[in-house]
Amino acid sequence: MSKTSPTHYFHKTTEAAPLAAFRIFFGLLMFVGILRFWAKGWIAHLYIEPRFFFSYYGLEFIRPLGVYTYGLFAICALSAIMITLGYRYRLAMTAFFLSFTYIELMDKTTYLNHYYFVSVLSFLMLFLPAGAYFSIDAYLRPEKCYQRIPLWCADSIKLLLSIVYFYAGLAKLNSDWLVQAQPLGIWLSTQSDFPLLGPWMNERWLHYVFSWGGALYDLSVPFLLFYSRTRVFAFVLVVLFHATTRVLFPIGMFPYIMIVSTLIFFSTDFHRKLLRYISSSLRMENNTFDNGRQWLPQTSLRYRLSLHTLFIFFVLQLCLPFRHLLYPGELFWTEEGYRFSWRVMLMEKAGYAGFQVVDALSDERFYVDNSDFLSPLQEKQMSTQPDFIVQYAQYLKKHFEQQGHQNLQIFVESYVALNGRPSRAYIDPNTDLAREEDSFRHKTWILPFNDEIKGL
Amino acid sequence: MMRNISLAITGVLIIMLTACSSDEGPMGENGAKDDFDREAMLVNWADNIILPRYENYNQKVGILSRAVGIFSKEISQAHLESLRMAWLEAYMAWQPVASFEIGKAEELRLRNFTNVYPADVENIEENITEGTYNLSLSSKFDEQGFPALDYLLFGLADSDERLLAKFSEEDSDNGYTRYLVDITARLQSLTQQVLDDWKGGYRDVFIGNNGTSGTSSVNKIANDFLFYYEKALRANKVGIPAGQFSSGPRSEFAEAFYNGATSKALLLASLDAVQSFFNGEHHGGTGFGPGFGSYLDVLSTSKDGEQLSKRINDQFDRARSEADLLNPDLATQVGEDNTKMLKTFDELQKNVVLMKVDMFQALNIRVDFVDADGD
Repeated sequence: MSKTSPTHYFHKTTEAAPLAAFRIFFGLLMFVGILRFWAKGWIAHLYIEPRFFFSYYGLEFIRPLGVYTYGLFAICALSAIMITLGYRYRLAMTAFFLSFTYIELMDKTTYLNHYYFVSVLSFLMLFLPAGAYFSIDAYLRPEKCYQRIPLWCADSIKLLLSIVYFYAGLAKLNSDWLVQAQPLGIWLSTQSDFPLLGPWMNERWLHYVFSWGGALYDLSVPFLLFYSRTRVFAFVLVVLFHATTRVLFPIGMFPYIMIVSTLIFFSTDFHRKLLRYISSSLRMENNTFDNGRQWLPQTSLRYRLSLHTLFIFFVLQLCLPFRHLLYPGELFWTEEGYRFSWRVMLMEKAGYAGFQVVDALSDERFYVDNSDFLSPLQEKQMSTQPDFIVQYAQYLKKHFEQQGHQNLQIFVESYVALNGRPSRAYIDPNTDLAREEDSFRHKTWILPFNDEIKGL
Repeated sequence: MMRNISLAITGVLIIMLTACSSDEGPMGENGAKDDFDREAMLVNWADNIILPRYENYNQKVGILSRAVGIFSKEISQAHLESLRMAWLEAYMAWQPVASFEIGKAEELRLRNFTNVYPADVENIEENITEGTYNLSLSSKFDEQGFPALDYLLFGLADSDERLLAKFSEEDSDNGYTRYLVDITARLQSLTQQVLDDWKGGYRDVFIGNNGTSGTSSVNKIANDFLFYYEKALRANKVGIPAGQFSSGPRSEFAEAFYNGATSKALLLASLDAVQSFFNGEHHGGTGFGPGFGSYLDVLSTSKDGEQLSKRINDQFDRARSEADLLNPDLATQVGEDNTKMLKTFDELQKNVVLMKVDMFQALNIRVDFVDADGD
C-alpha cells in the first residue's frame, strides 16, 4: 500500500484537541446565538405572531408549533450547552441538529445562508468523535476517552469551510459584482459613518475595492488557511473581513461563527495550548485526558457506514450549488436554485406585489391588503421571490374560499428592481395564480429579465 | 512569504481598479458620487416643513377649540356655521402633518387618534348616553378625532334645526356638547404635545440621527411617507370607498362622509402635501430645499432615460388631474361614476411602484425596517 493512497490517509490519526476545542466553541456560540434570538423577542415575532408561514416545498409539515416553539428553542439551547460540556455528545448533537434544522425550515422568510451553514455543519459533526476528548463524557467514562482520532475528522470540517468560502467566491464572479460593483455600490454609498473609510464610502473606486477584494478573499482564504506559512496572515484577513461585514451589515452572529470556525485550521499545538489554558482556568489537571489511546475502529460497520454517508454528503455539497443550471433564465431574477448555494450578499432586490382577487362568475374584483396577512418581513421577501408569490396566492385563494367566495382567480401586479436596475414587471399579470402551484419545475409565468448577468 | 502575498493582493487590486475606473457601467446609474448631505435634508425637513406645518395645524386646532367653546356656551346656527368652518380648516391643515408618524406623534399614535374613519357612530352614541369613556384606549380610535366631529357637526340629524336641538336638550349638562368639548380638547392636547416636543429638543434628536441604519431619521421618515401614501392616501381616501379592497364599492367609507362636500378637497390637500414634501418644498410654498427628489438627482437615478424624480413628479401630476375631475364629495362620485375613482386610484398606484421599488432602492432605504439578521 503506497503512503499516498487514499486508504493510507484514512488510517492516519492526529491529536483530538483541535476537534474538541472546535466543539466547545461551536456549542458556546450556538448557545449565545439562541439566547440572543430569544432575548430580542424574535421567536414570537417571527414564528408565533404571523398568521401564515412560507413552508419549503415538500416540507409543508414543518411549521411553527405555536407557544411550544419556545420549547424547541429551549431544546436547541440546552443541547448547545451539552455540546460545549461534552456531556452525552451524540445525543446532544442529534438534538441540536434536529431542533436547529427544524427551526430553520419552519418559514423560508428567515432563510439565511449562515443558518444553513450551521445545519450542515452540525450534520457533519454528528459523525465526528468530538466528544472523545476534553469532555464530561471522557472524564466520566475513561474507556471512552481517546487522545488520538482519525486525521480526516478535523479535515472534514476544514473541507466544509473551504467549500463555503470557495463557492461564495465563485458566485461573486459575475458581471454585476465585478463590473458594476453591485450591490455593494448601493449598500456602501450611504455608509458615510463607517470608521476610517466613511468619507470615501460614496466613491466608486472603493466599491470596486470591496467587491474585488471580497471575491478574492473568498476564493483564496481556504488555501491560505491550509498552508502553514500563510495561516496567520489568512486569519488576520478572516478577522478583518468579518469585522468589516459586522460593521456594515446586520448579520448577527455569523462573523463570530466564521472567525472561530477557522481556528480549526491551526496546529494541534495551538489547540493543546488553548485547552491547557481552559483547564488551568477551571483548576483542572492539564493532562487529565492525555491517555495516549487511539480511536480508529476501521472494521466497525457503523464507522464504515459513517464514512460512506459523509462521502455522499460532500458530493452533494459540491453539486447542489450548481443545480440552477437545470433552469432557464437569469438565476438572480428567477431565484430558481438560488438558496442553499452559498450565494451570499449578491443581490439587492426591491419589489412590490399587489394581489387582485377576482370572482370569475360575477367578475367582482378587489385588491388584497398584504399587511392583513403577512408580517413586514414576509411581505418584503414575498414581493421579490416567485415561489413565495405563488404560495401566498394559494393561501389567499383558500382564505377567500373559506369566506364563501367561489371560482376565484388570483392575479398579481408586481415589479422588481435588481441591483440598481430600474424596476420592471416581474410576474405575468395575466396568469391566474390560483391555478398555479409551487414545484421544482421552472415557473413559466416569471416575465423575462431582458438583461444579462454574465458569470457562474 | 506573507509579505509577498500581501504585495501580490495589493498589486492585483490596483490593476483591477485602474482597469475599471473608466467604466461607467451600462446601467448608467448609481455611478455618480453620493455627496448628498443627509443632515442638510433633515434640517430642511424639520425647520422648513415639519415644524411650520405643525405650527399651522396647531393654530387651526386652537381656532377650532375656541369655536367649540363659543358654540357650547351658546348653541346657535351662526355659531354652528363658524364651528363647521373651523373644523374644515383644521381638517385641511391636518393632511400635511398626517404622514410624520415619528417621535412624539408615533408615541401618542397621533394619526390613529386623529383620523380613523368611518367613525363608529354606535359607540359614539353609547359614549354620549353613558357619559363615561376613556378616549386614550386604542379601541376608541374611531370614536374621536375629525371623523367623530364630522358626525357630531353634520350627521346627528337630517336638518340643522334638529341637529342644534340635540345639543340644546337639558341645558346644564348636554351629553353631545360635553362629547364635542372633550374630543376637541383631546385633539388639541395631542397636537400641542407633539409640537412642544419638536420645539423642546426633538428637532435636534431628529437631525442628529443622520445615519443610514433602519432606525435613522431618513429611513423612518421615508417609510412613514410611503406608508402614508400607500395606505392613508391611496387606499383609505380613494381605494376603499371605490371598492378596490372589497367586493363592491363602499361609499360610506369616504373621508368626511357626513359633511358630504369636502372629501375631494381633503384628498387634494393630502396629495399636494405629499408631492411638496417629496420636492423639499417649504411650508407655504416659499422656496425649496433638499428632499427626496434632489437626493435622487444627486445619485443621477434615471428610469427609461428619464430622471426618476421627474417621473415621480409627472405621476403625481397625472394623479392630480384625475382627482380634479371628481365630485367634491367622493362618496357621491362612487355612487354616480365609480370609474373616475378607479382611474384616480390607478394613477396613484403607479407612484407606489416608482417610490417603493425604484426610489427606495436608489436611496438604499429598507422597506418597513425589520429588526432581524440578514446575510
